[in-house]
Amino acid sequence: MSVAEKVKEIIVDQLGVDAAEVLPEAKFVDDLGADSLDLTELIMAMEEEFGVEISDEDAQTIQKVQDAISFIEKKKGE
Amino acid sequence: MTLHRVVVTGLAAITPLGNDLATSWHNLVAGVSGAAPITRFDASAYDTRFACEVKNFDSKPFVAVKLAKRLDRFTIYALSTAMMLMEDAGYKIAPEEAELVSVIIGCGLGGLETLEATHTKLMEQGPSRVSPFFIPTMIANMAAGQVSIATGARGSNVCTTSACASGLHAIGYAASDIMLGRANAAICGGVESTITPLAVGGFNALKALSTRNDEPTKASRPFDADRDGFVMGEGCGLLLLESLEHATARGARILAEVAGFGASGDAYHMTAPPEDGSGMALAMRGALREAGLDASQIAHINAHGTSTSLNDSCETMAIKTVLGAHAREVPITSNKSMIGHCLGAAGGIESVISVKTIMEGVIPPTINLDTPDPACDLDYTPNVARTMAVANVLCNSFGFGGTNASLIFKAFAE
Repeated sequence: MSVAEKVKEIIVDQLGVDAAEVLPEAKFVDDLGADSLDLTELIMAMEEEFGVEISDEDAQTIQKVQDAISFIEKKKGE
Repeated sequence: MTLHRVVVTGLAAITPLGNDLATSWHNLVAGVSGAAPITRFDASAYDTRFACEVKNFDSKPFVAVKLAKRLDRFTIYALSTAMMLMEDAGYKIAPEEAELVSVIIGCGLGGLETLEATHTKLMEQGPSRVSPFFIPTMIANMAAGQVSIATGARGSNVCTTSACASGLHAIGYAASDIMLGRANAAICGGVESTITPLAVGGFNALKALSTRNDEPTKASRPFDADRDGFVMGEGCGLLLLESLEHATARGARILAEVAGFGASGDAYHMTAPPEDGSGMALAMRGALREAGLDASQIAHINAHGTSTSLNDSCETMAIKTVLGAHAREVPITSNKSMIGHCLGAAGGIESVISVKTIMEGVIPPTINLDTPDPACDLDYTPNVARTMAVANVLCNSFGFGGTNASLIFKAFAE
């Protein structure tokens, strides 16, 4: 499974949204109904799944689905 | 200040005998045991390997999947039961009266399942893996909090914690809110879900649980000579209380009246009641005093009846102290013989059953009462339900710490 697919799967699971809603440009708060606790847990789930560390500063920059995918792909590439 | 009469206008429960009140009641009257081997975790190393679990409960009709993931099992039970309660009562809280609707839901231990799982994760993977939802998921008052969010109730929002009396205290104080005019209505009762390694281990260490592993359905045997401890249960029982004026104004169906509440402390020991049951007697007398009833007017007692050696003999003593000669004429029952001891939920579920007993004119039996104990020599409605109209029902709950509560429900008459 690609990083993008796996990230989408985590988002569907954590936020309880429909897979069809998880578009690259969908914003976690405005479009997918996440609150600040949801976002914290989403970041933790991605850290766990991909074995990466996401600092609080980096987490601030992850606002939409594509941000998360790009961030993880970059981290995995390092 | 005018004191308001308090009436019961809705009932709902999830119990080890059924995922709604109708099923639970049917099985209670039929004398069915809810005990079975523990399925929630591998209990093979424990002295006690069975419990009264809620079985195959599906929360999806009541709680959104995403929300359910953020809640401990006890809060899911409470929220689901509250949804059934509002349906039963035909009541929807209008925004303009929301501040006069209380939610008081007792819980003895809170989200142990969440606590244990999170602690394991902390030990194995470190502090960065502790979920931001851990604290809000675990805290015992999240049941009351979520019920408020779901129903819009904005009056008192409280969790009473008094061990196995938590649920009955919740109803008692909710009734007080209405009696004093602080609230027009209250969603109240008790909830618990702690069939977990720590809770079973802890109660085992106290030697409080039955270890009759070869015969789980025979293990909860309140007032029987061969009782060897309680059987852990879980679930939720909630009532909708209203002031009589409020219930009448909205044309509500009135099921019973809350006549009186009594609460007391033993001032004695961490876990054991005094052998004369004097603290229990104080609570029962308090309820009678508030109800303005003479002990001879009590028609039925829904006992705490845990199936522990001490509780059942002390409670029997206390009933004799309070009721005198009338104690021998009153049918008593212990729902715990079938649903187990639902801890913080016990007083909630057993209050629901007490009101249902008034409504149906049927007293559920105390099952497994085969061998009389000389220290328990009253009429406990052994093994077979009894058809009998009862006007005033006394419901008891007692807890560790030496806490006692008694409530009297009575048949409603204008």
